Amino acid sequence: MMLRLSAGLVEEIRRSGERAYPAECCGVLAGHPGGVKEVVKLVAVTNRRTDDPHRYLIAPDDLRGIEAELRSQGLEVLGCYHSHPDHPAEPSAFDTEQAWPWYSYIIVRVDRAGAGELTSWVLNDDRSAMSAESVDVLSEV
Amino acid sequence: MAITVSIPTPLRPFTAGHDSIELAGETVGQVLDGLLAAHTGLKRHLLQDDGRLRNFVSLYLNETDIRHLASTATPVRSGDVLTIVPSIAGGSPATAETKAPLSHAEMLRYSRHLLLPEVGVAGQRKLKAARVLTIGAGGLGSPLSLYLAAAGVGTIGIVDFDVVDLTNLQRQIVHGTSTLGRSKLDSAEARLTDLNPNVRIERHETRLTSRNALEIVGEYDIVVDGTDNFPTRYLVNDACVLLGKPNVYGSIFRFEGQASLFYAAKGPCYRCLYSEPPPPGLVPSCAEGGVLGVLPGIIGSIQALETIKWIIGAGTSLLGRLVLFDALKLRFRELELRKDPACPICGTNPSIHELIDYEAFCGIGAEPGYDGPEISAEELRQEMTGKAGDLVLIDVREPHEWDIVHIDGARLIPLNQLPERLSELDGHAEIVTHCHHGARSMKALEILKGAGFGKVRSLAGGIDAWAERVDPGLARY
Repeated sequence: MMLRLSAGLVEEIRRSGERAYPAECCGVLAGHPGGVKEVVKLVAVTNRRTDDPHRYLIAPDDLRGIEAELRSQGLEVLGCYHSHPDHPAEPSAFDTEQAWPWYSYIIVRVDRAGAGELTSWVLNDDRSAMSAESVDVLSEV
Repeated sequence: MAITVSIPTPLRPFTAGHDSIELAGETVGQVLDGLLAAHTGLKRHLLQDDGRLRNFVSLYLNETDIRHLASTATPVRSGDVLTIVPSIAGGSPATAETKAPLSHAEMLRYSRHLLLPEVGVAGQRKLKAARVLTIGAGGLGSPLSLYLAAAGVGTIGIVDFDVVDLTNLQRQIVHGTSTLGRSKLDSAEARLTDLNPNVRIERHETRLTSRNALEIVGEYDIVVDGTDNFPTRYLVNDACVLLGKPNVYGSIFRFEGQASLFYAAKGPCYRCLYSEPPPPGLVPSCAEGGVLGVLPGIIGSIQALETIKWIIGAGTSLLGRLVLFDALKLRFRELELRKDPACPICGTNPSIHELIDYEAFCGIGAEPGYDGPEISAEELRQEMTGKAGDLVLIDVREPHEWDIVHIDGARLIPLNQLPERLSELDGHAEIVTHCHHGARSMKALEILKGAGFGKVRSLAGGIDAWAERVDPGLARY
């Protein structure tokens, strides 16, 4: 699978991770599904987990609202992004356990120096693991 | 009875692309069973192994979450719409990573842990994946690093820049007679890796400062504070708050100890408990005031316990509670701690956003002590031989210190009795005061000068300098 998004959106995700550091940021990837999922905008979401800075949760009510809003613009939820403060941009066991199929999960590593590696992952159909998907970044010239 | 089930995008690959499916049933549960029978690929994504809905799957009957109705027993009517709504969750590996597999040798080594359902294989893997930073390899650092290593904590970082000294061994059990004079990091690393070679020790042979603290603390999941001084304690606290790390606190003084768990994201921090440090010099260090050797063993073990519980997520932590231990009475007391909304670093309007100068904050170096005339140990010996009759040597230490060792011909007047006993002294005599290392003696000088005594000096370096350089026959302590 492949995910396509602009360099501007990548920058927005990185910035959001840096702002939330040392806690995690999270948000929704919105765009057009298809052979290549095209992200056209990000929807910042309130992290409903306040008990643990190493967890994020986009609550079902929030997601319903976002879906309805996006649908009126002809867009769909394609997945989400979140940051891993001081940890590699790889899915944690918890990420895999909680993952939905088909959705793209962008993870950005953030440490004190700022945002680092950015990767995207999709759950295997048998839920055994998440596989990396290629991220096609469109530079805006 | 046709019920419409609305399928979210991520599940459509399992419903041949359909975004809604018409099904029959009397209850939500029956409709769900019908859905899973028709589209078997959905099952593993919607249900746990025990058949219950996964926690990230919500079902809405029309506009209401079925958890607010009768759950899967909720009756349905024709025309109802049942919507599967995702919640999206995840997080970094910091608190729950379980990637670390255990070898057979590790299974055996940790078998007494694996037998506890609260730990088990999952908990032992969390311990193995955990990264713990201990500040100090001294009285508290010794027992806690030993227990953390024995318990199988995968990575232990240690910050210390000291050298093993004979006076350490009465309590610092990670070191030994064979490592006297070596760096505490070398000594602790050798002992800990002998205890458990699976543990990786990360060495930070440096003083923790405002310049390096965020970088060092940032590499770890949890910090255990085994420091013996206030500037470092505030520094550790602030770095943990700024980086969102839990801080397992312990402190000891003579026969009494304290322990708690500070974690600003969920509860109080050290500054919520003590917003200001005590005035410098008020609370003596172990080197000045002494400490019972077993005491750090007890408090450090409590810190190790809280660290392990935090990592495996078992039991009730010390978050929001301060445990006070009195070794002489053998009594534990507990105080409830609350987060202070006015806390300058974790309150609602914090005024501290970065690390500060902690030496200055704790008043160290702010008020220079009394600077009176001193006499060296060698000069004192010469003068004592020359004018033995005229020179009055006053020992201002405590009687139990006098019992350890004293200089022949000295008079014992403990510092706290000095103001009342001035009348015992001859105002025209040459007076030299001394203590253990020279600090109390200087305070005595200040009292004497203030009372009008003219010819007074303080023995530089105290009885320790005397024993080292003039009379090697005397014991040092």
